[in-house]
Amino acid sequence: MKQFLVQLAQRPVLSLWIDRIVPPAGQSAQLTLMTAAAMAFLAVFALALAFSANRLADSWSAAFLDTATVRVSAAPEQAETQVKRVLEVLATTPGVTQARAIPAEETQALLAPWFGPDLPVASLPIPRLIEVSTTRDGFDAEGLALRLQAEAPGAKLDDHLRWRRPLVETAIGLRRLAIVSLALIGGATAAMVTLAAQAALAANGQVIRVLHLIGARDVTIARAFVRRFTLRTLAGALAGTALAALAVAFLPVVADGEVLAHLGFSGREWLWPLCVPAVAAVTALLATRAAALSRLKSEA
Amino acid sequence: MIELRDASYGYAGRMLLSGMTLTLPPGSFHFLTGPSGAGKTTFLKLCYGELRPVSGHLSAFGEDLARLSRDGLARMRRRIGIVHQDCEFLDHLPLSENLALPLVVAGRPVVDDELRELLAWVGLRSRADAMPPELSGGERQRGALARAIVTSPEIILADEPTGNLDWEMSQRLLSLLIELNRMGKTILIATHDLNLIRTAKAQVAARVLRIKDRQLQLAGADL
Ligand SMILES: Nc1ncnc2c1ncn2[C@@H]1O[C@H](COP(=O)(O)OP(=O)(O)O)[C@@H](O)[C@H]1O
Ligand SMILES: [Mg+2]
Repeated sequence: MKQFLVQLAQRPVLSLWIDRIVPPAGQSAQLTLMTAAAMAFLAVFALALAFSANRLADSWSAAFLDTATVRVSAAPEQAETQVKRVLEVLATTPGVTQARAIPAEETQALLAPWFGPDLPVASLPIPRLIEVSTTRDGFDAEGLALRLQAEAPGAKLDDHLRWRRPLVETAIGLRRLAIVSLALIGGATAAMVTLAAQAALAANGQVIRVLHLIGARDVTIARAFVRRFTLRTLAGALAGTALAALAVAFLPVVADGEVLAHLGFSGREWLWPLCVPAVAAVTALLATRAAALSRLKSEA
Repeated sequence: MIELRDASYGYAGRMLLSGMTLTLPPGSFHFLTGPSGAGKTTFLKLCYGELRPVSGHLSAFGEDLARLSRDGLARMRRRIGIVHQDCEFLDHLPLSENLALPLVVAGRPVVDDELRELLAWVGLRSRADAMPPELSGGERQRGALARAIVTSPEIILADEPTGNLDWEMSQRLLSLLIELNRMGKTILIATHDLNLIRTAKAQVAARVLRIKDRQLQLAGADL
């Protein structure tokens, strides 16, 4: 047992050696480091953009979601019947959960601040408003508008979509762009590491040959390169992420109640940029491993 | 240990060695001789699988080299100590680490005392921290021999191991190899130094292989 422990203690720690069996490379190391930093920096920004776009889309949808308004403008004696018809139509419209005619007094109360309490509101042709609540999926606005027109000519549907749609679509487009950028950054990182690893492998052909001659298996040789490029990429990505996170953290926040418009991360979203160095390192590991093993295989 | 059956080899279609049939039994001591350019180095490269015969078969430790994978070949080489003609060191590591490398890549313990002893034996104790390019030709060859035997391999193949050594050092190296042979190792030394062969024959039952006219022949006792 003691013998075994002594032997164990003397066993060479391959990881201590593995960094030395390939000669240190000067320039390509710096370039890998810097490219990884730049890629991580960009990735953090793309992530921030994706999350911000997400938030924008959400808040813009939520601000106007689930509601619509029907406005009935008609002569006072007709108004009541038209409102009634509209309510009937709404009651049979799929997707509408609730419809409430705002009483004339309420509308007047709403208007009072603008026109003063003494205005003979009753004699004015103030349109009647019907507040509509809808399910999250909404309803067939076009169909409803047509039916309303047939039933109550004075009724006009405002589903807020005109406001919402372009904003939400912009936000969703932004998010898509950000995700595509992230994918491109990942691909570019993999390509960059592969090129650098291939250059290192080519430059160290003699080292690889000697290692193989003295009995090193391909995985051992590959590990020397994989470790080096993974650590290098990780270091670069950490630096790039830190810089980008700082930059994002110091961007101004514009929040006006419902619509929160700021570029950056909030709360738990901050965990995501932390993933960037890890993903970069894993990408480097896989890319180098593939490059090394395919090169070594072709050497047979 | 190493067995060739009708093995042939040629570079770029030009036949260099043909129809070689030979068995190196365990514990044997062989010299391989022939004029420069005869194919001694080529023959050794065939033996450790850096080159593959264009026809015929070659097996080591009972395994056909043609059927070994790259990693299989690497594992086989851990059982063969090779002194390359041009040494094949890693130039960025000091001599002592070059010596330890075969142990490291095989996942075996590196015992510093044993390394130091080995270096002393080949007269390189003071050069342990020198980089290979700083070493003289003779120092490199002694270092290469030390690296070849550090794993205590079953077979030792040496390609002109005394090419750059003075006579005294050559004899010392030879006696080390003879010592290893007495311990049961199989030895094959390529050399064109007939004095060395004669000296060896006085101490050990060495046989001489000669490459002549692209054939491998077992030389007679006369030499
Ligand atoms: N890689 C190679 N490509 C083509 N020809 C080679 C190569 N290596 C050696 N040769 C030729 O093969 C012959 C034998 O070389 P070698 O085995 O090194 O001889 P020796 O070791 O006996 O001096 C020489 O003529 C040499 O020029
Ligand atoms: Mg030669």
